[in-house]
Amino acid sequence: MSGKENSTSENKMNRRDLLKGFATVPVIGALAYGTWRKRRLDHIRSHKLARELNMSSGSIEYTPYKHDGDKIRIGLIGYGIRGEQLMQAAGFQTPETIQEWIDAAARDSGNTRYENFLQQDDLNIEVTGICDLFDVHAEKAMAAASNTGREGTGGTMGKRPKRYANYRELIAASDIDAVIVASPDHWHAQMVIDAARAGKHVYSEKGFTRTLEEVYAVRDAVKESGIVFQLGHQGRQTESYIKAKEAVDKDLLGKINLVEVCTNRNSPNGAWVYDIHPDANERTVDWTQFEEPCEEKHPWSPERFFRWRCWWDYGTGLSGDLLTHEYDAINQILGMGIPESVASSGGVYFYKEPEHYVKEIREVPDVWQAVLEYPHLDFTLLYSASLANNRDRGKVIMGHDGSMELGNTIQVYAGRNSTRYREKIETGLIDPNLPIYSYIPGRRNVDAVATATEQYFASRGLLYTYRGGRRVDTTHLHIAEWIESIREGTQPTCNIDQAFEEGISAAMATIALRENRIVFWDRENEQVI
Amino acid sequence: MMKEQGFSGCQLWALMVLRVAIGWHFLYEGITKLLNPDWSSLGYLMDSGGILRGMFHAMAGNPAVLNVLDFLNVWGLLLIGLGLILGLFTRIATIAGMVLLAFYYLSHPPVIGMVYAIPSEGNYLWVNKNLIELLALWVVLMFPTWKQIGLDRFLFNKK
Repeated sequence: MSGKENSTSENKMNRRDLLKGFATVPVIGALAYGTWRKRRLDHIRSHKLARELNMSSGSIEYTPYKHDGDKIRIGLIGYGIRGEQLMQAAGFQTPETIQEWIDAAARDSGNTRYENFLQQDDLNIEVTGICDLFDVHAEKAMAAASNTGREGTGGTMGKRPKRYANYRELIAASDIDAVIVASPDHWHAQMVIDAARAGKHVYSEKGFTRTLEEVYAVRDAVKESGIVFQLGHQGRQTESYIKAKEAVDKDLLGKINLVEVCTNRNSPNGAWVYDIHPDANERTVDWTQFEEPCEEKHPWSPERFFRWRCWWDYGTGLSGDLLTHEYDAINQILGMGIPESVASSGGVYFYKEPEHYVKEIREVPDVWQAVLEYPHLDFTLLYSASLANNRDRGKVIMGHDGSMELGNTIQVYAGRNSTRYREKIETGLIDPNLPIYSYIPGRRNVDAVATATEQYFASRGLLYTYRGGRRVDTTHLHIAEWIESIREGTQPTCNIDQAFEEGISAAMATIALRENRIVFWDRENEQVI
Repeated sequence: MMKEQGFSGCQLWALMVLRVAIGWHFLYEGITKLLNPDWSSLGYLMDSGGILRGMFHAMAGNPAVLNVLDFLNVWGLLLIGLGLILGLFTRIATIAGMVLLAFYYLSHPPVIGMVYAIPSEGNYLWVNKNLIELLALWVVLMFPTWKQIGLDRFLFNKK
């Protein structure tokens, strides 16, 4: 009797034991159920949305540019700020600068400048000629060109290129196949024309030309010669723009009616108030040659030599320097070409205080608006720029059904009053506050870019892009594409036709501002009126 | 035995629910990371501030270390979560959870003058939710509810 009682109470204890031991197990079930429900809803939403938008998934396939075959021999004209960047993108930098990167990487493992430089593809080229009017820059360029091992100080140097006092001799040299033009804008046209006539391929920096007349002359010379010409809008290599084009082509935005592009910078460097080199004087600078294209000659002015972008004699300010980048970005996405009319306004509103100049106040505006009208395509392209404020306004393409914010990343938002998305907004499938499509290339990668100007360029897709998840310098890709085109006999992405459209559009903006009138394009006769 | 130490059934349940709720949080954070192929701790590490910033940046800078860290983080979260909910190896799970939270706290300490790119959903000064969760785990550790409710009951209560 007592034995039976004992066993019952033991059973009871075991059951209580089991209950207490497993009491929290159902919580796992609840969490699993909740997770499944949530994921199913997310999946249905994203699946439905993906089907509706029909955008390709994943990164852009990366096909590296080909570098096999004979070495291509390059002549460089101009080793200023941009010339140095182009040389670096082509694989050449001075041992001193590389040593600085090596030292910086030793101090801070997060500094990957040197590593990124070494990762750049070898383009199988050599720099055989250099032309720069300033001795110090020419010397630096020679050091960079002969640093074929990409080493720091004390490394083995390759053959030194020949220095030419005048670019015409460089172009005429038999050991030069192609030239990179990184001179000030007032020299672009003549140099490209001379190179084309000599049958040398050309990579030329933007702005395409300084004047309207030069746009036609350069196009004709390049077309007649059949050379491979690439204009330096490295934004052509930006991965996000390729996706942006797909989004526009697949009509995610509806009928596009307004495009807003901007430039915002707020530093002396960003406003072209560059350092004046202490060693620059009439003995170290060939000032006469620098002034050669100018109708009216000026006395030696280090300020004009280093900060030439501030005067109409040498460039076109915001129009040629930065409007062109924004214009070309939109032109590769929308392919809209030359506008029917352009109006411009602006002025020198900030950079006119004594601390902003040495002897001469700049002529080119630091605040500039340009309105490019495309009535035949039913939209307006608005360019708005300030060199004294760095609010990031981005590029925005606006359509009836949605807006696209564009930089190195893409965000597409459905419009609250869109016709196409109305039903989906009502049913809750689309939230107008959240992007319906976003693209962030290389999101797993470290992105610690250094200076404010670099940040500015990066946010505009001008500095780095991603290929197969790896961060690459767009300028490197742009030069690599040009080199490949020379080898394959093909046309690069920013060829002479694209350059012509950029050149005419920018010239119209410049004329509109300088003559304070609306400038029209006669499409049939290819004339600006 | 907690009851024998003078805790009522309600007190025991409150502490047990706290333990399970923290476990739920850990487990779900682990699951979302496990199911997201793009997830990496890289952005979080790069955003770190405070005195240990250099160490976290170095971790992020080395891809091999980063992969190990990502793996440890995801599986740490999952196993700690399971342990706390089920009451299985709960002591180890609780201590591991405190260590992990200490790392989170130290990588983004809410000290004066520090601003992070990763947005926080509140305003903090020295004490933030990571620290509170860590302290809550301390309470959990001090009151071993798993000896009563949880699978550890079978492992540790054998006569």
